[in-house]
Amino acid sequence: MNGQLANLKTTIADPHQDHISLSERQGRSKSKAMDSPSGSLSPVAIDLAGVSKSYGGKIVVNDLSFTIAGGECFGLLGPNGAGKSTITRMILGMTSPSSGTITVLGAQEPGQVRLARAKIGIVSQFDNLDLEFTVRENLLVYGRYFRMSTREIEAVIPSLLDFARLESKTNTRVADLSGGMKRRLTLARALINDPQLLILDEPTTGLDPHARHLIWERLRSLLARGKTILLTTHIMEEAERLCDRLCVLEAGRKIAEGRPHALIEEQIGCPVIEIYGGDPRELSLLIRPNARRLEISGETLFCYTPDPEQVRAQLRGYSGLRLLERPPNLEDVFLRLTGREMEK
Amino acid sequence: MGVATLPAGGLNWLAVWRRNYLAWKKAALASILGNLADPIIYLFGLGAGLGVMVGRVDGVSYTAFLAAGMIATSAMTAATFETIYAAFGRMQGQRTWEAMLYTQLTLGDIVVGEMAWAATKAALAGTGIGIVAATLGYTHWLCLLYALPVIALTGLAFASLGMVVTALAPSYDYFIFYQTLVITPMLFLSGAVFPVDQLPVAFQQIAAFLPLAHSIDVIRPTMLGQPIANVCLHIGVLCIYIVVPFLVSTALLRRRLMR
Repeated sequence: MNGQLANLKTTIADPHQDHISLSERQGRSKSKAMDSPSGSLSPVAIDLAGVSKSYGGKIVVNDLSFTIAGGECFGLLGPNGAGKSTITRMILGMTSPSSGTITVLGAQEPGQVRLARAKIGIVSQFDNLDLEFTVRENLLVYGRYFRMSTREIEAVIPSLLDFARLESKTNTRVADLSGGMKRRLTLARALINDPQLLILDEPTTGLDPHARHLIWERLRSLLARGKTILLTTHIMEEAERLCDRLCVLEAGRKIAEGRPHALIEEQIGCPVIEIYGGDPRELSLLIRPNARRLEISGETLFCYTPDPEQVRAQLRGYSGLRLLERPPNLEDVFLRLTGREMEK
Repeated sequence: MGVATLPAGGLNWLAVWRRNYLAWKKAALASILGNLADPIIYLFGLGAGLGVMVGRVDGVSYTAFLAAGMIATSAMTAATFETIYAAFGRMQGQRTWEAMLYTQLTLGDIVVGEMAWAATKAALAGTGIGIVAATLGYTHWLCLLYALPVIALTGLAFASLGMVVTALAPSYDYFIFYQTLVITPMLFLSGAVFPVDQLPVAFQQIAAFLPLAHSIDVIRPTMLGQPIANVCLHIGVLCIYIVVPFLVSTALLRRRLMR
């Protein structure tokens, strides 16, 4: 708590150096994380070892292990029902694992949950702001849940609103905000206790692309400040843009882990042509010799080939086909690992 | 019960109370009028109508007798409504509790904060009727002041019971059973509108276990300036009704929210 107060005071004393609103610093590095104002980051922020969770015989999380370093953005990527929310609930000490151990910022969950809680900020999947309160009142009420005094909270509100780009909405009722603004307020609210670790459960689900990009940009600025982020998402682009490393989940199991681009390179490693508008099975027989791999998902044929020109040439005779050539992405990785598409 | 469940001590619960107070302030007038109108209508409806037929009860006018019953009843109703409908809304629909559980508050802090808030509203409602009664000369102002702590205790007891109902209820639809099968019969068994000794002996024995009966047994003599029999027993029973349901509801809510 004292450290947090000290941080708050620096914010008050010098608004230009403040760590809440900040100039964009892209190209972050691990060393930056260490000399950030948040200070003493433990080298390991979150550690899961052999964690399983079952409800009434149904296994939701299956022997999961991963480690998240301080200052890192780690993604849990998987379709709905893959166990992402259960994992975050366990990390937050909201439920106990059936077996295995979870350590968060040096505290063992769920027993020492309250030790860790002071240093964690949470953006949950569903908005739980107080709709009838104003933006300012929401922050005020939430800060008190962290035992902050009204004066301490009032002191950080301007920088939090600046960070969330909600300066002009201070006295607006939350019910009157757009979805993107509500999410940004939830994010700002999660920063009220100046946490080392942020846990974001599907932070941009349901937002339009513009609002989504603004959240991503805000999250990158937090990473630049040395915060550790655990992010769950089923949005591939989100995982690819933000995460240093990620863990791909299916049905509670880890099916891959690594840096997004390394995963893409290792699993796919060549351009992709998406082919619509024909009989995928018939076409797949035709282009098989030139493809490294083929996947059919619904109406679409995914052709992974080091030589896209050759494939295009083969398909030239077919009318009504639409071809989309693009670099491989995490969606392809997921499709390869599970045989299914994620975003449906 | 686990560290995450028990109240963390100190004044953590006050943050929950203050949140509810802020929300209430925004619609305070409507809330006060709503809470007062019902018991005051009963007080004058029954007082004027039945009072003429009944005459004096236990040596005082029927309206003076009824006033204490209405104060206790309004505390019961206010605390019950706040912990079933309003707190359930904050737990389920509005997800307010979810936001709280992700901070340094424990489930116990939340339950204590909700109970304290419900008791505050109960005390407000009870005091409101008391002010009307005192203004019309049915009780003395000082007597009303003495009764205030018991009104608050009554509120806490019914808040505690209400939290158990909230912890168990799958949806709003179930609250009507609690109201019609528990709260309304309690009104007639506890001596709110007529003395308990008018009831058959079997019902009198049931009344001995009801929190509202114990509440009225203290509030009524206090307001009428009469000696109170068995104060410690009555207060003791109210305290049991505060503590035991609190432990039960916290355990039930832990199973419901933290599984």
